[in-house]
Amino acid sequence: MTIEEVQQAIVADFSVYEDWMDKYTYLIELGNELEPIDVSYKVDQNLIRGCQSRVWLQQHLEGERIIFEAESDALIVKGLVALLLKVFSGRTPQEILDAEPYFIDEIGLRQHLSPTRSNGLMAMVKQIKLFALAYQQISNQKKQHGQ
Amino acid sequence: MSYDYQNIRKDFPILDQQVNNRPWVYFDNAATAQRPLAVVEKIQEFSLRTNSNIHRGTHFHAIKTTEAFENSRDIVRNFLHAKEREEVIFTHGTTESINLVARSFSEAFLREGDEIIVTEMEHHANIVPWQMACERHRAILKVIPFADNGELQTDLLETLISDRTRIIAVAQVSNTLGTVNPVKEIIRIAHRHNVPVLVDGAQSVPHITVDVQDLDCDFFVFSGHKVYGPTGIGVLYGKRRWLDAMPPFLGGGEMIDRVTFEKTTYNELPHKFEAGTPHYVGAIGLGAAIQYLQNIGIKEIGAYEHSLLTFATDRLKELGNLRIFGESPSKTGVICFQLDQIHPFDLGTLLDQLGIAVRTGRLCADPVMDHYGVTAMTRASFACYNTTEEIDLFIKALLRIRTMF
Repeated sequence: MTIEEVQQAIVADFSVYEDWMDKYTYLIELGNELEPIDVSYKVDQNLIRGCQSRVWLQQHLEGERIIFEAESDALIVKGLVALLLKVFSGRTPQEILDAEPYFIDEIGLRQHLSPTRSNGLMAMVKQIKLFALAYQQISNQKKQHGQ
Repeated sequence: MSYDYQNIRKDFPILDQQVNNRPWVYFDNAATAQRPLAVVEKIQEFSLRTNSNIHRGTHFHAIKTTEAFENSRDIVRNFLHAKEREEVIFTHGTTESINLVARSFSEAFLREGDEIIVTEMEHHANIVPWQMACERHRAILKVIPFADNGELQTDLLETLISDRTRIIAVAQVSNTLGTVNPVKEIIRIAHRHNVPVLVDGAQSVPHITVDVQDLDCDFFVFSGHKVYGPTGIGVLYGKRRWLDAMPPFLGGGEMIDRVTFEKTTYNELPHKFEAGTPHYVGAIGLGAAIQYLQNIGIKEIGAYEHSLLTFATDRLKELGNLRIFGESPSKTGVICFQLDQIHPFDLGTLLDQLGIAVRTGRLCADPVMDHYGVTAMTRASFACYNTTEEIDLFIKALLRIRTMF
């Protein structure tokens, strides 16, 4: 699925929940289901700081695609992290740079991704984009050098 | 007469609203207290009818404004029972007050190898300015620890004080643990060693009657917005002999006596420490807030809040699997807790969905988080207008949230 298709699928998933409580219960479920990242990745270097909760983000390249793994100590944030991974992990740098995670707005959880919420999510999206930008530049340089 | 919270609530129209389709329950009072009509109306009336800059004009409203501003200084003097009105300095808040002392006092009295003592339960605002002073003057910061129940280990103070100790800074009430520290005893011990003490009263003045002469503290600081007043205004009380011996903090208008390019001489207290146009609107609002508080009676408020604290603590404990951080026998209406394994961010988010406002996070007290080995806490804090009915809603909400995990 493309990023666009994944976002639309998430919006469709959430549209069945009218009650906020069901929505958050589903998020908590997603958070619980998210594979924990290897403890060795839970280091300060991978930590995205928020005053409220912490997010660890780890990445590596597989071919042309960036694989992201992430986790949070708060379950609601972890649920949102799981959604962001569905959208952004396994994509090429260009795909990541071209996409905006509008789904969060559409599922009515926009407040969690605003700059005033110090839960680390906003910073996570920014970090994902920065990784994409960095990988893209490396690959451009390689092309220029004919490698 | 019994405590009439219903009438008090009428003074705070903000409380009468719905959030997320539920009656709003405001339990974040330790962060900021709401403002009563008396304060809002005072500021409005002043802004609409009187406003002019203080101390500068010969004209009608400049004089009226100066009088209102200086009247607030008298209200604060009376509130703290300071000896002289000139010992009351208006600042932007507790943080600025502490920074002022940490900067000016240190410049006059702190030398390389000297020591400053704070406590483990301080708000960052009563740690960082002292750390910065220590860095500037190559001094050493020492810490009085607290016991797991939240009580300060005052018995260790004697072993921490040395002939190099220059000042002790301590909160009268902890913003996380709620502990009421025995500041009078600390001051007595400190003074035996000729060490002055700064008391951070940000979390105490809304709940406890303060008498700076009885405490004999050398400095006392607090913020307006935590005593039902406006934001951006705060107070530094300092004994004259210290304030006179300290250099000015900020340079500018009002704090000067005479300026030439060769040499500037400084104004008398309190103006020496009030550079620039002070937040006189805030000061006037603060005066109204203190009068409001005094009309109800701080003792009465403190006793009522304590009954809320006891009620809430008992109800919380009935939930089981709930840890309360800070259970000092002497405590104000602040409860930091951990429910099950639910992360405070999750809990705060879901409580908000149920209309309940609490504080979550590190609460500007990292050392307290480290003490208990946690990264965040949830804090409920009470004010004069909260009710047991609200606590019932809060407990119900916790029970409901618990089922989601």
